[in-house]
This record gives sequence, C-alpha cells and structure tokens, in this order.
Amino acid sequence: MIVNFIDYLRDRLQTVIYCCYGGITFIVIWSLTVDTSHAHTWAEKMIPGFWSLFGLGSCAVVIMVARLLGKSGIMTREDYYDN
Amino acid sequence: MTTNFFHPALIMIIGALLLPLVRGPFRKAYLFLIPLLTFIDVFYLSQHPGTYGVVQFLDWELTFGRVDRLSMIFGFIMSLMAIIGTIYGLHVEDEWQHIAAWFYVAGSLGVIYCGDFLVLFLFWEMMAFASTFLIWFKKDPESLAAGYRYILVHTFGGVILLLGFVLRYQATGDLSFVQLNVQNPELYTWLIMIGLMLNAAVPPLHSWLPDAYSKATITGSVFMCAFTTKTAIYTLARSCAGFDVLIVLGVIMAIYGIIYAIMENDVRKLLGWEIVSQVGYMVTGVGIGTALAINGTCAHAFAHILYKGLLFMAAGAVIHATGKSKFTELGGLYKKMPATFVFLIIGAISVSAFPFLSGFVSKSMIISASFESHILWAGFLLTMVSAGTFLVAGLRLPYLLFFSENKCSAETWEKAVDPSWNMQLAMALASFFCILIGSYLPFLYGMLPNTEVAYHPYGAYHLSETLQILALTAFGFFLLRKHITARETISLDLDWFYRKGGQCFLWTVTNPLQWFDTAFSKAYRVVGLSTLMTTSQFWSWFDWNGIDGVVDGTARCVRAIGQRISLVLQRGQIQQTIYYTVTFAAVILVAYVWL
Repeated sequence: MIVNFIDYLRDRLQTVIYCCYGGITFIVIWSLTVDTSHAHTWAEKMIPGFWSLFGLGSCAVVIMVARLLGKSGIMTREDYYDN
Repeated sequence: MTTNFFHPALIMIIGALLLPLVRGPFRKAYLFLIPLLTFIDVFYLSQHPGTYGVVQFLDWELTFGRVDRLSMIFGFIMSLMAIIGTIYGLHVEDEWQHIAAWFYVAGSLGVIYCGDFLVLFLFWEMMAFASTFLIWFKKDPESLAAGYRYILVHTFGGVILLLGFVLRYQATGDLSFVQLNVQNPELYTWLIMIGLMLNAAVPPLHSWLPDAYSKATITGSVFMCAFTTKTAIYTLARSCAGFDVLIVLGVIMAIYGIIYAIMENDVRKLLGWEIVSQVGYMVTGVGIGTALAINGTCAHAFAHILYKGLLFMAAGAVIHATGKSKFTELGGLYKKMPATFVFLIIGAISVSAFPFLSGFVSKSMIISASFESHILWAGFLLTMVSAGTFLVAGLRLPYLLFFSENKCSAETWEKAVDPSWNMQLAMALASFFCILIGSYLPFLYGMLPNTEVAYHPYGAYHLSETLQILALTAFGFFLLRKHITARETISLDLDWFYRKGGQCFLWTVTNPLQWFDTAFSKAYRVVGLSTLMTTSQFWSWFDWNGIDGVVDGTARCVRAIGQRISLVLQRGQIQQTIYYTVTFAAVILVAYVWL
C-alpha cells in the first residue's frame, strides 16, 4: 500500500513539487499574519517572514560549511586508517 | 535497605546472571519479563520518592537509592528503553549480548539512583565495560579495534572523574553527589565536569561516539545510543547546572555534530553525529541551568532516547537485512522495506521537531530557555542547528536510504526485506511514544523535575516559526541536494590524534626501536661476545697459572719444610723428642720470666 502510494506520487513528481511550493507559500503567507508580540528579539518582530529567511539561510550555511570543510581535507579516503 | 526498596539495577543484574539458565521456549518470555519487572519497580519507586539503600561502608555512608523527580524521569525512560531494546533484540540467540546489554542498563540505573560519587563511579565503570562488549560482540577486526579505543577513552574519563571526586573529598570531606559550586569552580569541579562530559561526548572528547556506535552490534547500538550520553546528561544536570562554559560547549557540540553528519557516508555514523548534535542542546540546557532549561534538558533527553532509538532500530533493520551500512551501497529501498521506511520517517520527523511529535515539545523548551535568559546567540545558533537536524535526519537520511538512485548490488537488493516481528514491534512501540509525547503533553510534562514553570509549545507563533524553518529547509535541500549526496569517504576528526598517535607509537616501536634492538644484538654478538671470550680465556690462564701457582707452590713449600723438619727432629727416638720438647719449653719459660 505504502509502496503503491509512493510510486503514485513519484509518477506525478512535477505535481508533487508544485504542491510543495504551494505549501511553502501558504506557510510563509500565514506566518505574516501571526501575532509577533511575544517574539524574543526585534528582528523577529520587524522582519516579515524572519524565520523563513533564517531557515533557508541556515540550511544553505550548514550545507556550504560542510562542503567546504569536506573539500579542505576533512573528507578523505576510506582506508585512511588502514595500515 | 528498607523492605520496600529493591534497586531496579539489581533486577537487571540478577536477571542477567540467571539468563544462561533459561533456555528453550521460556527464553523470549524471560527476556521480556526482566526489563518489564525493572520498569514496574522504577514506576513503583516514582510513586514513593525518598532516600533508600543507605549502606555504611568503612568510613563512608553510601546511598544507592535517591529517588527524586530528577532521577524519576531518567529512571523511567531508561527502563522503558530497556524494554524496547530487549524486544528489538529478542531474535538474538547469543545470550552474552543480552547479558552485556542488561549490565549496561543496570549501570545506567545505578548511576541515576546513586547518592554519592563512590557508588556513581562503581556503576559508571560497569556501564563502560558492559557496553564495550556490545561493540566486541560484532566480532570483526574493525569492531575489536573500535572497542579497544572506546574502553581506553572511557577509562581515561573514569580516571579524570575519580581524580576529581577524590580531590573534592580531600578538600571538603564530602562524597555526596549533589550540585557543585559552579560559580567558584575549583580544580576538582573542572575534573568532575570533564569526567562526566566525556560520557556526554562533548567536544573535544566526543570522537569515541560515532566511532563506537557505528561498529557495535545492531542491538548493541540501539542500547548504546540511549544510555551512555543521556546518563551523563543526568549527572551533569545533577551536579553542574548553571556552569556557563557548558553553554558554549553545548552550542559548539550541536553545530559540530550536524556538520559532520552532513559529510557522513555510514548510516549509523550519521546517527552518531546526530546524537552529538542533539546532546549539544541538552548540554546547553544544563549550562543555562534555569528551571525551564533543566526541564527542557530532561524532556529532550526523554524524547531523544525514543526517537534516536527508533532511528537506530530502523537503520539497524536495514543493516541487518542487507549487510551494508554505507549510503553509497544502498538506496531506493522503500520498495523492499516499506514498514522500516515508515518507522524511520516517524523517527526522522520527530528529531526534526515536526508539530505533534516528540522533538517539537522538547527541543523548543531549551531554545526558549536560552532566549528567556537573554543568551540570544545560543538561541539563534540552536535554531540554526534544528534546521540542520531536519536537513540531515529528516531529509538526507531517508532520501539516501529509501529514495535516491538505487546503488544496491543485486545481492543486497535481494536480501533487503522488512525485519522480523519483534524488531517491528519495538519500532512500533518507540513510534507510539514519539507521537504520544508530542500529542499528549501531560505524559512528558507531568514528569519534569521543576513543577513551578509552565511551558506551552503549541502557540501560533511557535508553530509558525517551526513550520517556516522546516518548509524553507526542505526547499534549501531541494536546491542544494547535490552538494550533500553520499561520497565514499570518511571524515577526519579529533580521534585522528589518538589513532594516528597510536599508529605512530606502533611504528616507533616496530621500526627505530626494533632496529636499535637488532643492531645492539648484532654488535653484542660480534664485539661483546668475542671480547668476553678473550677476557675469560685470560682469567682462566691467570687462575691456572697465577693463583693456582701461588697456592700450589705454597702448599709444596710447606710440605717440603715439614718433611725436612721430620727428617731432622723426628727420628723415632722418644728420649730425643722429649729432650727437644723440654728444651724448647724451658727456653720459652726463661724468655718469658726474664723479659
């Protein structure tokens, strides 16, 4: 059942992607209407969709830092410790 | 001991000792019964807080059973995880694996209920040694080596802890395991904290965790992911709450773990790095030390044990079926292992803090505590890590295992099936609790140690914050996914120092030192031995000709004189002999009188 459902979605991948875009847009727009008076910092109150930007930024930063570190020599061949 | 106290650890220990005697059809029932009894005991104790099991030993009063709200919540989750872990391992025939796991659980429960450092140390070491066997029982050379590294690192940590509380005892005469004075830390405070910190895998003392957990047996890693680090978090929360340095270390830990998890190619190593990251939240919570932060730490430890156990069980099911643990040798498995896929997704979205799942109600408490304590940088960085957590555990892990291009060999693909009923039951139980915690707040929040603070995670603002972060992280993953695909690499970490250091030591011993030893032996044979022979020959000659000559010559001389005297003086006539004797005596007498 689960396999069929996933296959069904995979066959309509483009539609699924558009639905996800729709979902993301909905969340961002809804967040603009939420009361921010209980937020902890001014940035959250003043910047619309602050956490959306923060989420995207965090994701990009984490991926890029990991990639740069990996390329700097941290990622190495699998038999590195073998004698 | 009072009559109504029976230590939960003792049930596990006795159960483990009797396990080899229980065979055949009773084995599985017995395996289920003992952790269940332990859980019932823990539950019973939670209804009767107090101090039990106080024993006088030499000069010290040892406390085995301190039951308060902090120990109750940790005891509860540990004994619950013991049930789930044992069900997951019901199919394992090797009784030694169960015995090691149960001793390990007993160690953890012993630490949780102890009231002084001596008992803590006893159970602390029991945990370290028992868990080492969970690595060794995988029985391949890599696991053997990893087990040795693990036990060496933990022995080092144990020694630091021992040093810390012995120094504290010398300074204060106090062995009790209570909150230390972290405002004015002494050397022993630091040592105790470092000893405890090592078990919580706080950088720079963290490398043992992904190394060991990825090489343990499949059921062993399910146990290990729950007990060592969270027991350490309990001890830190008990003794080092409010220690500022832990905030910095915790945040570093959270970031460090997530960055390494992104680079990882091994399923269980990725989950190991995820533990480092998630425990970072708890360490930060301990460092903040406010009532809300400690509640958050306990709640997150509770939730973390369940979802991380679930993730390790699902990953273990994949490894158990396919025999492969690298993303570069797996992929596309949702067709073959749909049940495992569903359980892993529940664990993954729990750790990612989806609303109505466990991570959402626990993780946010620590982040809120840091904002409320005006430690904004920690709050923002931990929120960034929560985006990273979703990226790694919620997206990368299921994507690489179940959806990405199928990289399985024909043999691997053939072997991939959903695991046995007991493994699925254990995963179902853990999933149930992940959903229960997130959806029915009083279950977890009712157990938290500080009852005076209230926390409400389901506000519109918090929901919108979380959904925005999750949605945009998913979008970021979609855009940048090619950068975090699996590669056939390992990542160098601080264990480089002791692994390479060990190899360097071995090289020094086998090469320069061995060469010197061989050269010395040769030189000795060539120079030393012949010199010795020549010297010996000389002394032999000297002995024969010199010393023996003198001794023999003296003897010959004495004999010759004696013979001459005999010839002159002793001619055989008694009168002459008497005459000589009397004359000689008279001469001596006269000489004596006259002189």
